Amino acid sequence: MISVYYFGAISLILIGLYAVLVKKNLLKILIGLSIMETGVNLLLISIGYVSGRSAPILSEGIGPNQAVDPIPQALVLTAIVIGVATTAMALSVAMLIYEKYGTLNIEEIRRLRG
Amino acid sequence: MLKRSLAILTLLIIGYWLAQGLAGVPFGQDRMLVGHYYLEHVKEQTGAVNAVTAIVVNYRGFDTLGEVTVLFIASTGVAALLWRKKKKRSAKTEGSVVLTTGTRLLVPFVILFGSYIFIHGHLTPGGGFPGGATIATGFLLLYMAFTTYEIPHRGFEKTEGIAGMSYVLVGLIGLGIGGYFLFDWIWQTWQLGTDNIGRLFSGGFIPIIYILIGIKVGTELSGIIDNMVKEEVSE
Repeated sequence: MISVYYFGAISLILIGLYAVLVKKNLLKILIGLSIMETGVNLLLISIGYVSGRSAPILSEGIGPNQAVDPIPQALVLTAIVIGVATTAMALSVAMLIYEKYGTLNIEEIRRLRG
Repeated sequence: MLKRSLAILTLLIIGYWLAQGLAGVPFGQDRMLVGHYYLEHVKEQTGAVNAVTAIVVNYRGFDTLGEVTVLFIASTGVAALLWRKKKKRSAKTEGSVVLTTGTRLLVPFVILFGSYIFIHGHLTPGGGFPGGATIATGFLLLYMAFTTYEIPHRGFEKTEGIAGMSYVLVGLIGLGIGGYFLFDWIWQTWQLGTDNIGRLFSGGFIPIIYILIGIKVGTELSGIIDNMVKEEVSE
Protein backbone atom coordinates (compact mmCIF):
# COMPACT_ATOMS: atom_id res chain seq x y z
CA MET A 1 0.00 0.00 0.00
CA ILE A 2 1.51 3.25 -1.12
CA SER A 3 1.69 6.16 1.29
CA VAL A 4 -0.76 9.02 0.80
CA TYR A 5 2.11 11.51 0.51
CA TYR A 6 3.72 9.57 -2.33
CA PHE A 7 0.32 9.23 -3.96
CA GLY A 8 -0.35 12.95 -3.69
CA ALA A 9 3.08 13.87 -5.01
CA ILE A 10 2.74 11.52 -8.01
CA SER A 11 -0.74 12.85 -8.70
CA LEU A 12 0.55 16.44 -8.67
CA ILE A 13 3.30 15.49 -11.12
CA LEU A 14 0.79 13.74 -13.38
CA ILE A 15 -1.67 16.66 -13.25
CA GLY A 16 1.10 19.03 -14.24
CA LEU A 17 2.18 16.73 -17.06
CA TYR A 18 -1.42 16.47 -18.26
CA ALA A 19 -1.66 20.26 -18.44
CA VAL A 20 1.59 20.42 -20.40
CA LEU A 21 0.44 17.73 -22.84
CA VAL A 22 -3.14 18.73 -23.44
CA LYS A 23 -3.64 22.45 -22.81
CA LYS A 24 -3.37 24.95 -25.64
CA ASN A 25 -2.95 28.14 -23.64
CA LEU A 26 0.65 29.02 -22.87
CA LEU A 27 -0.18 30.31 -19.40
CA LYS A 28 -1.98 27.07 -18.56
CA ILE A 29 1.11 25.15 -19.64
CA LEU A 30 3.19 27.28 -17.31
CA ILE A 31 0.73 26.61 -14.49
CA GLY A 32 1.13 22.91 -15.27
CA LEU A 33 4.90 23.22 -15.00
CA SER A 34 4.56 24.91 -11.61
CA ILE A 35 2.22 22.18 -10.36
CA MET A 36 4.67 19.52 -11.55
CA GLU A 37 7.49 21.24 -9.71
CA THR A 38 5.41 21.35 -6.52
CA GLY A 39 4.81 17.62 -6.86
CA VAL A 40 8.52 16.90 -7.22
CA ASN A 41 9.29 19.00 -4.14
CA LEU A 42 6.60 17.23 -2.12
CA LEU A 43 7.99 13.85 -3.20
CA LEU A 44 11.51 14.81 -2.12
CA ILE A 45 10.36 16.10 1.26
CA SER A 46 8.22 13.06 2.00
CA ILE A 47 11.08 10.69 1.19
CA GLY A 48 13.08 12.35 3.98
CA TYR A 49 10.36 11.98 6.60
CA VAL A 50 10.90 9.69 9.58
CA SER A 51 7.77 8.84 11.55
CA GLY A 52 7.30 10.60 14.85
CA ARG A 53 10.30 12.90 14.56
CA SER A 54 10.32 16.67 14.44
CA ALA A 55 11.99 19.34 12.32
CA PRO A 56 15.81 19.26 12.16
CA ILE A 57 16.32 22.28 14.40
CA LEU A 58 18.26 20.99 17.35
CA SER A 59 17.17 22.52 20.62
CA GLU A 60 16.99 21.32 24.21
CA GLY A 61 14.14 18.92 23.63
CA ILE A 62 15.31 17.66 20.25
CA GLY A 63 18.54 15.75 19.91
CA PRO A 64 20.11 14.33 16.76
CA ASN A 65 17.98 11.22 17.15
CA GLN A 66 14.66 13.04 17.20
CA ALA A 67 15.02 14.94 13.93
CA VAL A 68 14.05 14.06 10.37
CA ASP A 69 16.51 13.90 7.49
CA PRO A 70 17.71 17.46 6.81
CA ILE A 71 19.22 16.79 3.37
CA PRO A 72 15.98 16.64 1.32
CA GLN A 73 14.88 19.88 2.93
CA ALA A 74 18.11 21.55 1.85
CA LEU A 75 17.63 20.15 -1.67
CA VAL A 76 14.06 21.41 -1.84
CA LEU A 77 15.13 24.86 -0.65
CA THR A 78 17.37 24.98 -3.70
CA ALA A 79 14.73 23.51 -6.00
CA ILE A 80 12.06 26.03 -4.98
CA VAL A 81 14.28 28.99 -5.76
CA ILE A 82 15.25 27.54 -9.13
CA GLY A 83 11.56 26.91 -9.87
CA VAL A 84 10.73 30.53 -9.09
CA ALA A 85 13.58 31.72 -11.31
CA THR A 86 12.53 29.58 -14.28
CA THR A 87 8.88 30.59 -13.84
CA ALA A 88 9.83 34.26 -13.89
CA MET A 89 11.84 33.76 -17.10
CA ALA A 90 9.04 31.78 -18.74
CA LEU A 91 6.44 34.39 -17.78
CA SER A 92 8.43 37.19 -19.33
CA VAL A 93 8.85 35.13 -22.52
CA ALA A 94 5.08 34.61 -22.51
CA MET A 95 4.58 38.37 -22.16
CA LEU A 96 6.83 38.96 -25.18
CA ILE A 97 5.01 36.29 -27.22
CA TYR A 98 1.68 37.90 -26.49
CA GLU A 99 3.00 41.29 -27.54
CA LYS A 100 4.38 39.90 -30.82
CA TYR A 101 1.60 37.54 -31.88
CA GLY A 102 -1.43 38.84 -30.03
CA THR A 103 -2.30 35.34 -28.87
CA LEU A 104 -1.21 32.79 -26.32
CA ASN A 105 -2.61 29.79 -28.20
CA ILE A 106 0.32 27.54 -28.99
CA GLU A 107 -1.27 26.32 -32.21
CA GLU A 108 -1.54 29.82 -33.62
CA ILE A 109 2.04 30.69 -32.82
CA ARG A 110 3.37 29.14 -35.99
CA ARG A 111 6.92 30.22 -36.37
CA LEU A 112 9.21 32.46 -34.43
CA ARG A 113 9.73 35.50 -36.59
CA GLY A 114 12.88 37.48 -35.91
CA MET B 1 -11.32 13.87 -27.07
CA LEU B 2 -9.10 11.11 -28.41
CA LYS B 3 -6.02 13.13 -27.53
CA ARG B 4 -7.18 13.67 -23.98
CA SER B 5 -8.01 10.04 -23.32
CA LEU B 6 -4.71 9.00 -24.87
CA ALA B 7 -2.87 11.49 -22.62
CA ILE B 8 -4.73 10.23 -19.54
CA LEU B 9 -3.90 6.63 -20.45
CA THR B 10 -0.20 7.45 -20.88
CA LEU B 11 -0.16 9.37 -17.62
CA LEU B 12 -1.82 6.50 -15.77
CA ILE B 13 0.89 4.15 -17.07
CA ILE B 14 3.60 6.62 -15.97
CA GLY B 15 1.91 7.00 -12.58
CA TYR B 16 1.70 3.24 -12.08
CA TRP B 17 5.37 2.93 -13.01
CA LEU B 18 6.36 5.68 -10.54
CA ALA B 19 4.24 4.11 -7.81
CA GLN B 20 5.90 0.74 -8.46
CA GLY B 21 9.28 2.39 -8.04
CA LEU B 22 8.25 4.10 -4.84
CA ALA B 23 6.74 0.95 -3.36
CA GLY B 24 10.28 -0.11 -2.50
CA VAL B 25 10.81 3.08 -0.51
CA PRO B 26 8.76 2.68 2.68
CA PHE B 27 7.36 5.89 4.06
CA GLY B 28 8.49 7.22 7.42
CA GLN B 29 11.52 5.00 8.00
CA ASP B 30 14.96 6.10 8.99
CA ARG B 31 17.02 5.96 5.81
CA MET B 32 19.62 8.53 6.72
CA LEU B 33 23.25 7.86 5.86
CA VAL B 34 24.89 11.25 5.58
CA GLY B 35 22.00 12.84 7.43
CA HIS B 36 23.05 11.22 10.71
CA TYR B 37 26.52 12.64 10.40
CA TYR B 38 25.15 16.11 9.72
CA LEU B 39 22.71 15.98 12.63
CA GLU B 40 25.30 14.75 15.10
CA HIS B 41 28.10 17.10 14.14
CA VAL B 42 26.22 20.22 13.12
CA LYS B 43 26.61 21.93 16.48
CA GLU B 44 30.34 21.57 16.99
CA GLN B 45 31.28 21.84 13.32
CA THR B 46 29.23 24.84 12.28
CA GLY B 47 27.81 26.34 15.48
CA ALA B 48 24.34 26.44 13.97
CA VAL B 49 21.28 24.89 15.58
CA ASN B 50 19.24 24.69 12.40
CA ALA B 51 20.63 21.70 10.50
CA VAL B 52 19.01 22.67 7.19
CA THR B 53 20.65 26.09 6.96
CA ALA B 54 23.95 24.60 8.12
CA ILE B 55 23.78 22.14 5.21
CA VAL B 56 22.66 24.76 2.73
CA VAL B 57 25.33 27.32 3.61
CA ASN B 58 28.13 25.34 5.17
CA TYR B 59 28.33 21.69 4.15
CA ARG B 60 26.94 22.21 0.67
CA GLY B 61 27.80 25.85 0.13
CA PHE B 62 28.45 25.39 -3.57
CA ASP B 63 24.77 24.54 -4.09
CA THR B 64 23.79 27.85 -2.59
CA LEU B 65 26.32 29.72 -4.69
CA GLY B 66 24.86 28.08 -7.78
CA GLU B 67 21.34 28.85 -6.61
CA VAL B 68 22.19 32.52 -6.09
CA THR B 69 23.74 32.51 -9.57
CA VAL B 70 20.58 31.00 -11.07
CA LEU B 71 18.43 33.66 -9.44
CA PHE B 72 20.80 36.39 -10.60
CA ILE B 73 20.72 35.07 -14.17
CA ALA B 74 16.92 34.90 -14.03
CA SER B 75 16.61 38.49 -12.88
CA THR B 76 19.10 39.66 -15.50
CA GLY B 77 17.29 37.58 -18.12
CA VAL B 78 13.91 39.07 -17.26
CA ALA B 79 15.42 42.53 -17.42
CA ALA B 80 17.01 41.74 -20.80
CA LEU B 81 13.83 40.23 -22.25
CA LEU B 82 11.59 43.07 -21.13
CA TRP B 83 14.06 45.80 -21.92
CA ARG B 84 12.62 48.95 -23.50
CA LYS B 85 13.92 52.40 -24.01
CA LYS B 86 11.11 54.17 -22.19
CA LYS B 87 9.09 52.36 -19.61
CA LYS B 88 6.33 53.42 -17.32
CA ARG B 89 3.89 51.83 -14.95
CA SER B 90 0.81 50.79 -16.89
CA ALA B 91 -1.50 50.78 -13.85
CA LYS B 92 -4.25 53.34 -14.03
CA THR B 93 -6.45 52.67 -11.01
CA GLU B 94 -5.20 53.86 -7.70
CA GLY B 95 -5.82 51.49 -4.82
CA SER B 96 -8.60 52.29 -2.37
CA VAL B 97 -7.85 54.34 0.73
CA VAL B 98 -7.97 51.26 2.89
CA LEU B 99 -5.37 49.53 0.69
CA THR B 100 -2.98 52.46 0.50
CA THR B 101 -3.17 53.26 4.21
CA GLY B 102 -2.88 49.61 5.13
CA THR B 103 0.15 49.25 2.86
CA ARG B 104 1.78 52.28 4.41
CA LEU B 105 1.35 50.73 7.84
CA LEU B 106 2.28 47.20 6.85
CA VAL B 107 5.38 47.64 4.69
CA PRO B 108 7.79 48.51 7.55
CA PHE B 109 6.58 45.47 9.47
CA VAL B 110 6.92 43.20 6.45
CA ILE B 111 10.49 44.37 5.86
CA LEU B 112 11.32 44.08 9.56
CA PHE B 113 10.00 40.52 9.64
CA GLY B 114 11.90 39.62 6.48
CA SER B 115 15.11 40.88 8.06
CA TYR B 116 14.30 38.93 11.22
CA ILE B 117 13.95 35.76 9.16
CA PHE B 118 17.30 36.05 7.41
CA ILE B 119 19.24 37.27 10.46
CA HIS B 120 18.01 34.31 12.50
CA GLY B 121 18.64 31.76 9.74
CA HIS B 122 20.89 29.62 11.93
CA LEU B 123 18.42 29.45 14.81
CA THR B 124 14.88 29.36 13.43
CA PRO B 125 13.22 28.00 10.29
CA GLY B 126 13.85 30.21 7.31
CA GLY B 127 17.05 31.75 6.10
CA GLY B 128 18.12 34.00 3.29
CA PHE B 129 15.71 32.93 0.57
CA PRO B 130 12.43 33.07 2.56
CA GLY B 131 13.54 36.32 4.20
CA GLY B 132 14.41 37.86 0.85
CA ALA B 133 11.09 36.72 -0.61
CA THR B 134 9.28 38.33 2.33
CA ILE B 135 11.06 41.63 1.73
CA ALA B 136 10.15 41.45 -1.96
CA THR B 137 6.52 40.95 -0.86
CA GLY B 138 6.71 44.32 0.86
CA PHE B 139 7.79 45.96 -2.39
CA LEU B 140 5.09 44.04 -4.28
CA LEU B 141 2.54 45.56 -1.85
CA LEU B 142 3.87 49.03 -2.65
CA TYR B 143 3.59 48.32 -6.38
CA MET B 144 0.03 47.06 -5.99
CA ALA B 145 -1.18 49.95 -3.85
CA PHE B 146 0.42 52.96 -5.54
CA THR B 147 0.24 53.52 -9.29
CA THR B 148 3.33 55.71 -9.33
CA TYR B 149 5.63 53.77 -7.04
CA GLU B 150 8.99 52.67 -8.44
CA ILE B 151 11.91 51.14 -6.64
CA PRO B 152 15.03 53.31 -6.61
CA HIS B 153 16.83 51.51 -9.45
CA ARG B 154 20.37 52.69 -9.03
CA GLY B 155 20.54 51.86 -5.36
CA PHE B 156 18.82 48.51 -5.80
CA GLU B 157 21.03 47.27 -8.60
CA LYS B 158 24.18 48.33 -6.81
CA THR B 159 23.07 46.69 -3.56
CA GLU B 160 22.33 43.48 -5.42
CA GLY B 161 25.75 43.39 -7.03
CA ILE B 162 27.59 44.29 -3.85
CA ALA B 163 25.76 41.61 -1.85
CA GLY B 164 26.59 38.94 -4.44
CA MET B 165 30.23 40.02 -4.58
CA SER B 166 30.52 39.99 -0.79
CA TYR B 167 29.28 36.41 -0.73
CA VAL B 168 32.04 35.37 -3.11
CA LEU B 169 34.47 37.48 -1.08
CA VAL B 170 33.57 35.66 2.14
CA GLY B 171 34.26 32.40 0.30
CA LEU B 172 37.58 33.72 -1.01
CA ILE B 173 38.69 34.77 2.48
CA GLY B 174 38.00 31.17 3.48
CA LEU B 175 40.15 30.03 0.57
CA GLY B 176 42.97 32.22 1.86
CA ILE B 177 42.69 31.12 5.48
CA GLY B 178 41.56 27.53 5.41
CA GLY B 179 42.63 26.24 2.04
CA TYR B 180 39.31 25.75 0.27
CA PHE B 181 36.55 27.90 -1.09
CA LEU B 182 33.72 28.71 1.37
CA PHE B 183 35.78 27.55 4.35
CA ASP B 184 34.02 28.69 7.53
CA TRP B 185 36.84 30.88 8.84
CA ILE B 186 34.80 32.62 11.52
CA TRP B 187 33.96 29.36 13.24
CA GLN B 188 36.94 27.14 12.49
CA THR B 189 39.80 29.63 12.76
CA TRP B 190 38.57 32.44 14.96
CA GLN B 191 36.21 30.24 17.03
CA LEU B 192 33.88 33.15 17.65
CA GLY B 193 30.82 32.29 19.69
CA THR B 194 31.79 28.75 20.66
CA ASP B 195 30.17 29.10 24.11
CA ASN B 196 27.17 30.85 22.59
CA ILE B 197 25.51 28.10 20.55
CA GLY B 198 21.78 28.64 20.19
CA ARG B 199 22.02 32.41 20.62
CA LEU B 200 22.28 35.11 17.99
CA PHE B 201 26.07 35.53 17.93
CA SER B 202 27.00 32.03 16.86
CA GLY B 203 26.86 29.94 13.76
CA GLY B 204 30.13 30.95 12.16
CA PHE B 205 29.59 32.71 8.86
CA ILE B 206 26.03 31.45 8.35
CA PRO B 207 24.35 34.68 9.62
CA ILE B 208 26.70 36.84 7.55
CA ILE B 209 26.11 34.88 4.35
CA TYR B 210 22.39 34.73 4.97
CA ILE B 211 22.19 38.49 5.50
CA LEU B 212 23.95 38.96 2.15
CA ILE B 213 21.72 36.38 0.43
CA GLY B 214 18.58 37.90 1.96
CA ILE B 215 19.46 41.37 0.70
CA LYS B 216 20.35 39.96 -2.72
CA VAL B 217 17.19 37.87 -3.10
CA GLY B 218 14.99 40.71 -1.84
CA THR B 219 16.37 43.22 -4.33
CA GLU B 220 16.39 40.70 -7.17
CA LEU B 221 12.76 39.65 -6.79
CA SER B 222 11.74 43.31 -6.41
CA GLY B 223 13.60 44.00 -9.66
CA ILE B 224 11.73 41.17 -11.41
CA ILE B 225 8.41 42.60 -10.18
CA ASP B 226 9.47 46.05 -11.36
CA ASN B 227 10.30 44.77 -14.84
CA MET B 228 7.03 42.87 -15.16
CA VAL B 229 4.61 45.64 -14.18
CA LYS B 230 5.99 48.17 -16.66
CA GLU B 231 5.02 48.89 -20.23
CA GLU B 232 6.58 50.75 -23.07
CA VAL B 233 5.35 54.27 -23.65
CA SER B 234 5.09 55.43 -27.23
CA GLU B 235 6.22 58.94 -27.90
